[in-house]
Amino acid sequence: MSLHASTAAEIGRALAAREYSSVEVTRHFLERIERANPALNAFVTVTAERALADAKRADARIARGEGGPLTGVPLAHKDIFCTDGILTSCGSRMLANFVAPYDATVVAKLDAAGMVLLGKTNMDEFAMGSSNETSHYGPVRNPWDAARVPGGSSGGSAAAVAARIAPVATGTDTGGSIRQPGALTGLTGFKPTYGRVSRYGMIAFASSLDQAGVLAHSAEDAALVLAAMAGHDARDSTSVDVPVPDYAAGLDRPVKGLKIGIIREFFGDGLEAETGAAVRAAIDAFRAEGATVEELSLPNLPLSVPTYYVVAPAECSSNLSRFDGVRFGHRCSDPKDLMDLYRRSRGEGFGAEVKRRIMTGTYVLSAGYYDAYYLKAQKVRSLINEDFRRAFATVDVLMGPTAPTPAFAIGAKTDDPILMYLNDIYTIGANLAGLPAVSVPCGLSGGLPVGLQVIGPHFAEERLLAVAHAWQRATDWHRRIPEAYA
Amino acid sequence: MTLTRRDVENIALLARLEITEAELPVYVGSLSSILAFVEQLSAAPTADVLPMAHPLEGQSQPLREDRVTESDRHDAYQANAPAVEAGLYLVPKVIE
Repeated sequence: MSLHASTAAEIGRALAAREYSSVEVTRHFLERIERANPALNAFVTVTAERALADAKRADARIARGEGGPLTGVPLAHKDIFCTDGILTSCGSRMLANFVAPYDATVVAKLDAAGMVLLGKTNMDEFAMGSSNETSHYGPVRNPWDAARVPGGSSGGSAAAVAARIAPVATGTDTGGSIRQPGALTGLTGFKPTYGRVSRYGMIAFASSLDQAGVLAHSAEDAALVLAAMAGHDARDSTSVDVPVPDYAAGLDRPVKGLKIGIIREFFGDGLEAETGAAVRAAIDAFRAEGATVEELSLPNLPLSVPTYYVVAPAECSSNLSRFDGVRFGHRCSDPKDLMDLYRRSRGEGFGAEVKRRIMTGTYVLSAGYYDAYYLKAQKVRSLINEDFRRAFATVDVLMGPTAPTPAFAIGAKTDDPILMYLNDIYTIGANLAGLPAVSVPCGLSGGLPVGLQVIGPHFAEERLLAVAHAWQRATDWHRRIPEAYA
Repeated sequence: MTLTRRDVENIALLARLEITEAELPVYVGSLSSILAFVEQLSAAPTADVLPMAHPLEGQSQPLREDRVTESDRHDAYQANAPAVEAGLYLVPKVIE
């Protein structure tokens, strides 16, 4: 098997067995990036020198017998994570000149695990988008079909891993931004429980929803990387102080006897037929392996998207007020007074979708409208949370599609924000309730990948990873490589 | 909910965003359609429902010992500022 077709876990094992060095592995991926990235636009920054220095250090560590399962394995970080001394743009003109003065906790932890930083990946501006078309650095192409989007907002990370120009990448998921691009590019996209991973140094979009996770080839890869990045962090007061299990050790738990709930509301109008068929076939396969399957209704779940589009913009308008043209980021030229400085710096620095969300948020939080929009949405969020709580009283996991359709054409939905927002119709619920969820490849529709979504109760990461791993032992969808990148 | 040009101009002012003449009608349209879309929340029965404060139950704000843990990184942080002088951030004159 070729090096780039290997999973991160396989590369880690080969490095530990001294089959090749981290420098060799790193060079291989850097060469692939150089060849493929001009067309894919998956990376904003490639850190070749840093990568080779990391790789040399990793090789020395392995030689001393001090390596772990990820030591010497290359990775890419979504450009939302602060990386000390490296451009951290968040896909925005606002931060196109921002060199982070410190590492995000996620970055520091994966660095400590001995992983090699290949670079920073493209993304929807400030993680606001479902197609990677809102980036200041231009759209990312889907490796399965260059005319299509890779999904978003972690689209650069997804495209990089799917094209095998990075073995694994970090992402963030506020409304589906790991799972949906994972589904659209044939990857395992894992979003942990809210608070499982520190948000320190992860540029904030909607703080009550944002969570860091992984885009990987397999559940095993996701388990290894998640174990290395999770844990309590005194620098993030919302990171939970719950021990991090050895996720990889729990992968082989059997699915026999697993109680699966199918979310009835996820199989209605709007679900593309082949996508629905692939997801149903996957659930039938679990039943054949001894899982029990029952259909459940979560009646408030259809209100997820409108709830999200009040709560997330409200939090975004508050978080993005820090970009004022004074302390960091873009500043307009020749401001005539302070108000002019604020308004033009922000008007020029932010793209159209970010401005739309800031204004939506400003409106729903403004005097006279707060109760009708924001307070109402937070109450509906309680109803949605309660729907999930009730469901998990009777089933172990919930299953359904990750996205309503496979990857769509670049430009197809850019003129209609609502149409774009509905791409996340099946993923947003887990964010509103803070639940862990994973998307695993389960088939093809018109030659494009389809994702099966598995949602679990809070802190059920191990269970989700075991379910995903069982699926991947029985199937090879996660091993499919887009032809142009084989 | 249909917004007017004036509404959007006012929201943009509150949000400290400059919106160009060409952008204005686009935002009038898209913000109106977003507000119409989220309007479906009003039908949800929430009379006795508390707003959700946190997805996890039983979370309390963690406290730490009250001591200095940060080092002085003034220069490193100001390296990203658009205009500084003598360790201060420069902005247009505020007081005449």
